[in-house]
Amino acid sequence: MKEIVIISGKGGTGKTSITAAFAMLAGNDAVIADCDVDAADMHLLLQPDFSQSEDFYSGFKAVIDQSLCIKCGKCQKICRFDAIKNINDSFNITPLDCEGCGYCAEICPVKAIQMVEQNVGKWYISKIKSGTHMVHARLGIGADNSGKLVAKVKKEAKNVAQETSKDIILVDGSPGIGCPVVSSLSGADYVILVTEPTLSGFHDMKRVFELIQNFKLPSGCIINKYDINIEIAEKIRDFCEKNSIDHISNLPYDESFTVAMTQGKTIIESNSETLKIILEDSWKKIIKLTDFH
Amino acid sequence: MKIAIASGKGGTGKTTLATNLAHLLSQKFPVILADLDVEEPNSGFFIKGNKIREKKAFRMIPEWDKDKCVLCGNCQRVCKFNAVIKLGEEVLVFNQLCHGCYACSELCPQNALLMKSFEVGKITEFRKNDLHFLEGKLNVGEEQAVPVIKRTLEYVEQKFSPDILRIFDAPPGTSCPVIEATKDADYIILITEPTPFGLHDLKLAVDVMRELKKQCGVVINRYGIGNDDVIRYCKKERIPLLGKIPNMKRAAETYAKGGLLSETIPEIRNSFEKIIENLRTLEVLS
Repeated sequence: MKEIVIISGKGGTGKTSITAAFAMLAGNDAVIADCDVDAADMHLLLQPDFSQSEDFYSGFKAVIDQSLCIKCGKCQKICRFDAIKNINDSFNITPLDCEGCGYCAEICPVKAIQMVEQNVGKWYISKIKSGTHMVHARLGIGADNSGKLVAKVKKEAKNVAQETSKDIILVDGSPGIGCPVVSSLSGADYVILVTEPTLSGFHDMKRVFELIQNFKLPSGCIINKYDINIEIAEKIRDFCEKNSIDHISNLPYDESFTVAMTQGKTIIESNSETLKIILEDSWKKIIKLTDFH
Repeated sequence: MKIAIASGKGGTGKTTLATNLAHLLSQKFPVILADLDVEEPNSGFFIKGNKIREKKAFRMIPEWDKDKCVLCGNCQRVCKFNAVIKLGEEVLVFNQLCHGCYACSELCPQNALLMKSFEVGKITEFRKNDLHFLEGKLNVGEEQAVPVIKRTLEYVEQKFSPDILRIFDAPPGTSCPVIEATKDADYIILITEPTPFGLHDLKLAVDVMRELKKQCGVVINRYGIGNDDVIRYCKKERIPLLGKIPNMKRAAETYAKGGLLSETIPEIRNSFEKIIENLRTLEVLS
């Protein structure tokens, strides 16, 4: 089984549209995992049926029992996150500021503080329109455990792949270089960087590449909208060559992506023949590049 | 006044809006622009100011003192993040899991875990005429963006008078980094694209801002692609539509090179002026 993770550094480079296209091309060979749990969008193209769902609990928040509180103020003093406020002589937790460290509960002399486990989202196993399974999730509002939810989605995707004897897990990651991205990279076999030839796109790709080097993972690159700046696109290719990143393909600036998205379709189901051909070739290339046997 | 520019979905034009607004407004009065997308800060490509100062950003992490430790295991028991683990005759600290709560350190009976500052990123201050630009940047390999966002905001508050307008370029998403970058703001501008992805993530961002009890307005970028669902949604939810930035391939080309759209494309400059006018009508700007 091989796990292919698609990330970008910068947001909005086309990660999800391209991953969804590959999901359709992979058909029944792959299980799909949407690990951009902060702002998951792939379901809008792949139409999952949300057939199984489960709440996700992770982390804690402090809750003060006012009937036990003796207003000593010790909790407020030790909280490093300014999450405890004294309003009208009553100590209150601001849930959005509470990191759930439990220090306050630990030192409260009258045990008036409880640490309550948090429901931070939901995860789903669905059938999608290509007939295969997709594991996806939705993070609760302002929840701070996206890395853990990503790990959960990946773990469930692996289980489904094992149960249904699938060879590939295709993972749509999130932008940035922080904990959800690190979490989506752990256990990966191959990373695809989707970038665009802009100063921002190139800069962000280099940063995320530095991160994947820490994991010593092989990687490939797709340059989306390559024709908006040929010069930077060439620089990206040079960078790939120097760093042994497989150059998979260049995609032109093409509003067909948006047109297809507006119809709830992947580019594979659209009538944009040019993009379809490039993406089909790209997928074949990826299969070859990830044939580690 | 503090205005944060956020989006839910990545790549919808947060940096474009933040840099152009800051640039245009700074022609009339002093403005501070803080790039709080510390994982991938990009505002600096568009604001080419003079570097004033660079400062390391730290966070506090415990360090184990083998000589003082009696291996009681209290640190491991109090750490809710599994960042401190007693393994045989040793105590291991996992920096990336540590949230800096001090519990293990202050509750250690032997004082064997002292909090030490640990570099996690850097803050750079630039200046271009009346525009003060601060960039927060997380070191690659560090997983937690929040401490660098906090340090950058602290830098702004320490250095500048509260009367100066602050514009924050927030990170994408809906989780802790976005909350940190927006929770002290007086007004939030949510920028989106008129597409199903844009609308879906706009709704998530609106939910977050409502949870934070923030006033917000919407700007539509790449107007002309997709459909009118975002406009209908804003009307239904009574969220002010502050402006529309037209979709043009030339805009993408200008952006690619690090050009400011308000300086190069008159039509787009007009749309930014319109946004400023609307912010004045709403009394967000004076």
